[in-house]
Amino acid sequence: MSISTEQLDVTAGRNGQPAASPGKDVPVIYFEGVHKIYDLGEIQVHALRGLDVTIQRGEFVAIMGASGGGKSTFMNLVGGLDRPTRGLYKLDGVDVSKLDKTEMAHIRNRKLGFVFQGFNLLSRTTALENVELPALYARLPPAERIERAREALRIVGLAEREHHYPSQLSGGQQQRVAIARALMNRPSILLADEPTGNLDSRTSVEIMGIFQRLNRERGITLVLVTHEPDIAEYAQRIITFRDGKIRRDEKVAHPQNAEEVLKSMPVVGSDD
Amino acid sequence: MDIVSIVRVALRALTRNKLRSILTMLGIIIGVGAVIAMVGVGQGASEQMQARIAQMGSNLLIVQSGSHQAGVVRIGFGATKTLVPGDEQAMLQEIPLIKEAAAGTSTHQQVISDNNNWGTSIQGTEPSYFDIRAWEFDLGTSFTEQDVAEANNVAVLGATPLLNLFPDGSSPIGKTIRIKNLPFTVVGTLQPKGQSGGGQDQDDDVYIPYTTLQKKLSGQNWLSNISVSAATKETTDTVSQQIVNLLHTRHRIRAGQHDDFDVRNLADVADVANAASNIMTILLASIASVSLLVGGIGIMNIMLVSVTERTREIGIRMAVGATEADVQKQFIIEALVLASLGGLVGIVFGLITSWLISAIAQWPVDVSILSIIVAALFSAGIGIFFGYYPAQKAARLDPIEALRFE
Repeated sequence: MSISTEQLDVTAGRNGQPAASPGKDVPVIYFEGVHKIYDLGEIQVHALRGLDVTIQRGEFVAIMGASGGGKSTFMNLVGGLDRPTRGLYKLDGVDVSKLDKTEMAHIRNRKLGFVFQGFNLLSRTTALENVELPALYARLPPAERIERAREALRIVGLAEREHHYPSQLSGGQQQRVAIARALMNRPSILLADEPTGNLDSRTSVEIMGIFQRLNRERGITLVLVTHEPDIAEYAQRIITFRDGKIRRDEKVAHPQNAEEVLKSMPVVGSDD
Repeated sequence: MDIVSIVRVALRALTRNKLRSILTMLGIIIGVGAVIAMVGVGQGASEQMQARIAQMGSNLLIVQSGSHQAGVVRIGFGATKTLVPGDEQAMLQEIPLIKEAAAGTSTHQQVISDNNNWGTSIQGTEPSYFDIRAWEFDLGTSFTEQDVAEANNVAVLGATPLLNLFPDGSSPIGKTIRIKNLPFTVVGTLQPKGQSGGGQDQDDDVYIPYTTLQKKLSGQNWLSNISVSAATKETTDTVSQQIVNLLHTRHRIRAGQHDDFDVRNLADVADVANAASNIMTILLASIASVSLLVGGIGIMNIMLVSVTERTREIGIRMAVGATEADVQKQFIIEALVLASLGGLVGIVFGLITSWLISAIAQWPVDVSILSIIVAALFSAGIGIFFGYYPAQKAARLDPIEALRFE
């Protein structure tokens, strides 16, 4: 599905908000009074209790907080995998809560890229084919699909591994394939759910370096869930969740620069 | 996802578990093979029956001289003397739907050639009889209408008298045989027709003009039967009714009186035989279809297992943008590929089985292109039908749950 600039204007003007000027000024993620209640039959779990969040285009945000604080629920909502029980969620100015399942799938396909803790690559499928996957669902012609997939692998530094299977790649390399896959349809937002959770510290920094580069050079908005404070330090803004609400929302004064950190790290432990 | 990619993904998923895929396909292979072979056997039997019936003559009606009642004693068919050549002439004149007719009467005589003799049935008839019965000549031709008109001494030999009177294999055409001390010139011989359905030798007859038989052998002026061929198969019933009406008038039979004749419609016999062989074909096909059904259930079973095993994969696909329709299509096509491959192998298996049945059991087997096409489409249909529910189950998965699946 395509979202026209006109549509963006109309939706941005609602709810008493200052009508955003077209394009860049519309917040990429806008939550207003969002509640999420899971009905588990006997009990109801109130996972989000009236959340208000605005994330602007090009931001690099880390989401922190204890488990059960609402991080995952927030990510599922942002990622269009679930809908709020109450409240408003606008992605690029479009009210996502009003879309049906197929439209949500298109949103996930075109506007979002997912990176998971467990990589979630298809086994017995080459790196290149894994990266191609979102383009298959975007119905891109084969030639363009392969060209783009190669480019995405080049961006994450795995051009020469395109015919490797996930089982032949290290954890760090698998996560890079996953990032390349997330980049495939040129999304505006990259959602990373504990992307360094299964990686050693040097590889973690390398992955953060890729994220910082994508954010800096391509202006991709990054939302990253982590519970490692030193990983969160690479972001520009840290939002801390607790009991389904935002407990703290602060700018990072001096974010870590992954490239510089890497230089000071011992080379031992690199898996490339 | 485009169809090429879907089929590629499906083939990869199926080759990932080769043994399982082959075992699942086996159900369809056996089912399709059995359907093709069984329908082939049924069709073969049906065609053999059709050929037998065609040999009896097409659109054939036989008017038989009827039973006769003397007081309380009822005498069987052929007892009355009321069926006469004039009846045949009247039928030909008054019933336009009759294509041909041939008078028939018979006797049993010893036939003598130079060095051999053979007791056989002598059939008095007309040249049109061979047309009506669609019998082919081996040597020579039939006697002529003129021979009938002049009551000439000419004869056509069936294969059995030929073999017994001329055992050396020499051509009997133009030679003389003797029937009841009268010389007859052989003008033709018939091709062997084999045994009838009842096991009678259909070749053990000598045919002469009915006039010759009446005047020179039996001295009777009545007929035992008249063979009639209707213009088309559809008109046999009409012709039959018209003959009954005509003979009622000619024989002055009033309502309530017993007929002194009987009209037998061989098209009815053919219909019954056809119906019987069709029932047999349907029966065989339904039994074979049960195995096809079981094969389909096997596919459904394996697809359900596959959906459960690949829950995480489905979750990943949904996260990167697969719609419910995409996921559903993927699994249906996987089932379709499984069933179609099974169907193709099953067709080959069915052809081999049919060939073995016809070669070993000497049973006529006729595998039609239609049954192959139907089998191929049917197996594809089974794939779609039995793949639908598992595919639906896959498409309805919640992506969050699916991604969390271990």
